Amino acid sequence: MDLRIDRECVDRCRALAAAIVAPVETFIGAHSTVAVERAVLRLLGVDGITPEEVPLPNAVVDALEPADRDRGVALAFGKALAETGLEPSVLAAEIARGALSLARFRDTHESAARGALRPHVDRALARIAAQRGEREARLARLPQLPPPLLYVIVASGNIYEDRTAAVAAAEAGAQVIAVIRSTGQSLLDFVPYGPTTEGFGGTYATQANFAIMREALDEASERLGRYVMLTNYASGLCMPEIAAMAAIERLDMLLNDSMYGILFRDINMKRTFVDQHFSRAINAYAGIVINTGEDNYLTTADAVDQAPAVLASQFINEEFAHRAGLPDRQIGLGDAYEINPDLEDSFLFQVAQAQLAREIFPDAPLKYMPPTKHMTGDVFKGHLIDAMFNLTSVLTGQTIHLCGMLTEAIHTPFLGDRALALENARYVMGTARHLGDEIVLRPGGTIERRAQAVLAGCEELLGRVAAMGLMRAIESAVFADVSRAPDGGRGFDGVFPRAADYYNPFEEALRPAVAPA
Amino acid sequence: MSNLVKPYGDTQNDGKVQLSFTLPVEWSEAADEAARQLATKMGFSDVQVVDGRRIASGFSFFVLYASTPQAIDVESIHAPSARTHAMTMEEIDAFVAERIGRKIRVAGACIGTDAHTVGIDAILNMKGYKGDYGLERYRMFETFNLGSQVAVEELVRYTVEHRIDALLASQVVTQKGSDVKNFTALGELLEAQGVRDDVVLICGGPRVTNRLASELGYDAGFGRGTLPSEVAAFVAVTLAERLRARATAVS
Repeated sequence: MDLRIDRECVDRCRALAAAIVAPVETFIGAHSTVAVERAVLRLLGVDGITPEEVPLPNAVVDALEPADRDRGVALAFGKALAETGLEPSVLAAEIARGALSLARFRDTHESAARGALRPHVDRALARIAAQRGEREARLARLPQLPPPLLYVIVASGNIYEDRTAAVAAAEAGAQVIAVIRSTGQSLLDFVPYGPTTEGFGGTYATQANFAIMREALDEASERLGRYVMLTNYASGLCMPEIAAMAAIERLDMLLNDSMYGILFRDINMKRTFVDQHFSRAINAYAGIVINTGEDNYLTTADAVDQAPAVLASQFINEEFAHRAGLPDRQIGLGDAYEINPDLEDSFLFQVAQAQLAREIFPDAPLKYMPPTKHMTGDVFKGHLIDAMFNLTSVLTGQTIHLCGMLTEAIHTPFLGDRALALENARYVMGTARHLGDEIVLRPGGTIERRAQAVLAGCEELLGRVAAMGLMRAIESAVFADVSRAPDGGRGFDGVFPRAADYYNPFEEALRPAVAPA
Repeated sequence: MSNLVKPYGDTQNDGKVQLSFTLPVEWSEAADEAARQLATKMGFSDVQVVDGRRIASGFSFFVLYASTPQAIDVESIHAPSARTHAMTMEEIDAFVAERIGRKIRVAGACIGTDAHTVGIDAILNMKGYKGDYGLERYRMFETFNLGSQVAVEELVRYTVEHRIDALLASQVVTQKGSDVKNFTALGELLEAQGVRDDVVLICGGPRVTNRLASELGYDAGFGRGTLPSEVAAFVAVTLAERLRARATAVS
C-alpha cells in the first residue's frame, strides 16, 4: 500500500525543520539546567536521599554557588573528589549535611578534577554500554513478535501491583509495558526515591521502581521466550535524570518529546529544550527508543484540523533527535487515532495520516496511540473503535502500538480490560496481517488527497514557524492553540548560561559511541 | 399501581443482566463454578457462565448472564439534572444581557494534581464540543481557563482577586477518591474564606453526577457528554436567580 506524495515537499519540510531547530540548538549549546547537572551527578554514581528526603543530586546542585554552578557541577564536584578521595555518593552526602563545602576546593586545579572524574565517567559509560549490550543479547536470544509491538500501560500507583499487572499483560501478549507516572510527577523538580506504593493515576518513576519492574519483566521474558520491553517517561522537569536512571536500569523506551512539556505542562521552553537535548543524548547512547507525544495535539483540539500540526511536530522532533545523536531506528514519532468516529469516512482520514507518517519516516519505529477523546462509558462501542484503530495500525505498518482500552475514560485499566484489549489487537492484527500488501490506494482518491493536503498544510505551518522562530511561534500559540512565553512557565529559574569553562564530562563522551543508523 | 421495573432481556420482568469480572485464580472448571456461585451469592438467579478462560497465570476472566430478583420504582428516584435549561448560545447571550446586564466572569481549572484538561477544555475553549461552541465564544461570558494542576488555594485566591461569578472545577482522575477529596477541599476553602455564596460553584468530569455535586455542596455537577451550552445556561439562569434574590432581599 503506497501513497503517491510530493517528495520534494517532504524535502522542503525537512529543510524547514532544520532551519527551525538550528537557532534553538545554538541556545541549547550555550546553556545548562539544574536537571542536566543533577543527571551528571546521577551518572557519576550519586544516589540516595538526605534524612529530610531530599535527593542527593538536588542537595549538591542546590549547594553550588551560582558561579560554580555556571561552570557545571562536574568541575566543583570533581575537585572535591580529587581532594577528599571519597566515593561520589559519600561525598554528596557530606555536602548535603553541610560537613563539606564545595567552595573550599575552588583553587584545586581543573586537571585534578578531570582526573578524579575520569574513573567514574568511564564506569558510568561502561555500565550503560553493558546494559545496551545486554538488551541486544536478550533480543537476539528472545526475539519479539513482529510489529506492531503491543504496548500497554499499568498504573495502579503501587509498584508491586503494577508488577503483577505487567507480568499478566506480558502473558496475554503485551510486548511493551509502560508504567504510567503519578499525575503531577512531571512538575516535581526532583526524582522521588525508593520503591513506592502510593500514587494517583500512576506510579512514581524512581530508580528502585525501574529495577523492580525490569527484574519482573526479565523473568517473564525468559518464561515466555520473548523479550518484554519496559517504558517510562522522560518528560517534565527531570527529563535528563530519568534518562540517566533508565539507561542504568535498562529501560527500552522513554516518552521523550521536545515540546510536550512546554505546551501541555507549562514547563518553561528554554528549560525543556536544554533538558530534552541531554536526555536524548543519553538515550542515544543507551540504545533507548524515544516515543514522542504528538497524540496530545489531537486530544486537546480537533483531530482533523490538527493533522498538519502533528506532522510538523514529527519533523521538528526528528530534527531535535538527530541533533542529539539519535538514529532513526530510535525515534518513535507519535500519532494517534483521535478523529471523531461519527464523522463519515473518518477511518479513511486515519489511514491517510498513519500511512503518510509511515512513508515520510520509513525507518522510524512509529508510535501509534489509541482513541481516548471520543471514548465514552460505552465499552461496547469503545471496543469496536479500538478494533478499527488496531486495523489501521497493522494496515499502515505502525511499529509501537499502544493498545486502546474499552474502559478508557472510565478508570485506569483493570487487569481484565488489558487482557480484552490485547485479545482485540491480536485478533485484528492476525486476521489482517498482510492486508496492506494487497491493497493499492486509488490514485487521486480520498486517502491520497487527504494525505497530500496534510503534507501541504504541514509545509505551510513549518514555513510560518521558521519565519517567526520556534520560541516566538510557541508564544504566538501556533502549536495546539497554546501560548507560552519564552521566560514563563515552570522551571525557568533552573536554566542558566554556561560559563566559558563549563564542563560536562558526559557531553562529549556520549556522542562518538553512538552507532550510525 | 406499582411502577416497579426489572432489567429487560427479551421478556418483561425477566431481570436479565450481563456481568463480567476477573478472578485471581487459575482457570479450571472449578473456577467456572466458583464464578457461578459467586453470582448466586450476589443475589442473582438463573446464573449462566457463558465464557470463562485463563487470561494470565493465576487470573481468569468470566462473562455471565443472570437474573436479578430485584426491581425498582423509577418514579421514586430523585436525581435532579442540571442540564435542564436548553438554550442556544445566542439565547443565552441575550438572556445574560437582559437579566444580568454585564458579562459573566467564569474561571475553570483541573484542580489538585489532575493534568487531564480534556473536559474543562471542551466546555471553555472556543471550539467547544460536538459542534456546541465553548464559553470563550460567548459574547456575554468572560472566561479564564487556568489549565491543569491548579492548587485549590490558588483557585480560591484567583476567584477573589478576579471577582469570578462562576467557578468550574474539573477532575478526570478518580483513583482512590482523589476527585471527591479535591472537590471537597475547594468547597471548604471557599466556605472558610466566606466567599462560597459569591460564586456559582460547579464540578465536572466523566464520573461526576449532579447528585454527587449536591452532596458536596456544589450548585451543579456535569458528567460525560455535557455540552458547553448546558453549562452556560445553568450558570446564566442560576446567577440571574441569585442576583434577583439578593436584590429582593436588599429592597
